[in-house]
Amino acid sequence: MPAETKPKFEIKLGAATREAFGRALVELGRENKDVVVVDADLSKSTMTTYFAKEFPERFFSCGIAESNMVGVGAGLAMAGKIPFVASFSVFVVNKGFEQMRIGAAYGRSNLKVVGTHSGISIGEDGPSQMSVEEIALACSLAGFVVIAPADEISTKALVRASAAYDGPVFLRTGRPKAPVIYAADQKFEIGKAIEVAAGTDVTLMANGLLVAQSLLAADLLAAEGISARVIDFHTVKPLDRDAIARAAAETGAIVVSEEHLVDGGLGVKVAQVVAETAPCAMEFVGIHDRYAESGNPDEMLEKYHLVAPDIAAAARKAVARKR
Amino acid sequence: MAKSIAELQTIAKIVRRDIIQMITAAKSGHPGGSLSAVELVVDLYFNHMKIDPANPKWADRDRFILSKGHAAPVLYSVMAEIGYADAPKDRLNTLRQFGSVFQGHPDMRFIPSLEASTGSLGQGLSLGLGMALGARLNASPSRTFVMLGDGEIQEGQVWEAAMAAAFMKADNLVAIVDNNRIQLDGFVKDIMAIDPLGEKWRSFGWHVIELDGHDFAAIESALSEAAATKDKPTCLIAHTVKGKGVSFMENNPKFHGMAPTADECKLALQELN
Repeated sequence: MPAETKPKFEIKLGAATREAFGRALVELGRENKDVVVVDADLSKSTMTTYFAKEFPERFFSCGIAESNMVGVGAGLAMAGKIPFVASFSVFVVNKGFEQMRIGAAYGRSNLKVVGTHSGISIGEDGPSQMSVEEIALACSLAGFVVIAPADEISTKALVRASAAYDGPVFLRTGRPKAPVIYAADQKFEIGKAIEVAAGTDVTLMANGLLVAQSLLAADLLAAEGISARVIDFHTVKPLDRDAIARAAAETGAIVVSEEHLVDGGLGVKVAQVVAETAPCAMEFVGIHDRYAESGNPDEMLEKYHLVAPDIAAAARKAVARKR
Repeated sequence: MAKSIAELQTIAKIVRRDIIQMITAAKSGHPGGSLSAVELVVDLYFNHMKIDPANPKWADRDRFILSKGHAAPVLYSVMAEIGYADAPKDRLNTLRQFGSVFQGHPDMRFIPSLEASTGSLGQGLSLGLGMALGARLNASPSRTFVMLGDGEIQEGQVWEAAMAAAFMKADNLVAIVDNNRIQLDGFVKDIMAIDPLGEKWRSFGWHVIELDGHDFAAIESALSEAAATKDKPTCLIAHTVKGKGVSFMENNPKFHGMAPTADECKLALQELN
């Protein structure tokens, strides 16, 4: 349909993805007694507290000791349980990385690792609590599935998909309320990207909070006569290669946006597939080799160039280069 | 079926000979810490643990994790001797070679009957605690045994796990410290002293039993005491001799991680006759 008749995307805040994770865990707990949760003194922040209240016998607090927490989770998986271990992304992945590697990746166990408070939108707590590396780290673990959902509906569905999947998963969630992207009946599949807006001139790929910003950017571009396709890459690994190859061939220009370091993030992984399939102009919106600072989430995203005008500017550059 | 001490001693000798031959053939590996753990691992598999080598994934089996994964040869030899099909006795001498199931460190991808892939020190007790908690949730009688090196417990994660296991009252978990007093760079007391070992574990809330780790009667008595201990996990501090059974390897840091030469192998096998 012509760009001007497309309904504009409006930000309507839903639950935070960490909140959706906490609620989904309770549903899973009711359905399957093998679902267990391990936390490291952050249950009120990771929202595993809901599960802990309803299923205290299946909730294990490991105290402030993330390495042991991940190892205990892997051991529970080896005993036939479906364990979710959770902490802030920055702690569970950095302090539990080697345990994820030995106990879950190399050891091939059915461990689900959930990081909350990811990216810089955690805000006021500052860089020691901000995780901008964990997608790269988790993707480097052989056999791990890596998921970064955008909103409440997708988080709930992908937490459930993670529990149903037999193998190690890392799932990234965030602290602030997340803009609603999906209707309640949307279907999600691990590894299958979702086109959330149709377009022909450029493709805006993103995950997490940057999906909403990409939809806003698409509207900015539409006003200039540039038709932008928007795709939610909720699964970073395994990547939906078909969606990437199609976007590259059909739109000839791609912008990848993420609340993560550009190095090792979704963008470079998409670029690899583009290089292998249909090389085209690409731009990358993300964090470039630096740490952020304290501030509210909106101020963070704006200062570090992770908002719609930044994505639109990158899209113009990519479109200009393809001519 | 309980074995007599004489029978266990015979098996221990076979295992020691296997270890020497495997590591000699591999031209690399860790003889010292494999030989120090022989009686402990033999007693667990042949005398104490409820296992069924013909049905290695039996849900209620007892579990053993070799957290000090570099001592893989002792575990491989014992598993082969007791009859695990995925640890074939006639292939022991392919240790560490390309294509062998007997990888440098225990690897479940090659031997599914292993309970964990190990080799990066400090992680086994956390895995064992997870298994113990899983067994408790399942109301399973399964118990979990984790063997740690004395040098290994310098890893901080061990103490995270020790604190958690006691707090969680994991009385179906047993840690066994192979206290052979030597690590790669030399004597533990000179690298990073860990004494007083018993007090450390006790202060973390564990029931502690110190024993001679080469004395089958002492081992079985300690394991029985661990089984009878309720509401807290048990730590066996097994005083052992690195390189036990081969005179020139005993208490010799050189043989922490060095293979014997062909001549040394011959000498060792003579001593183990």
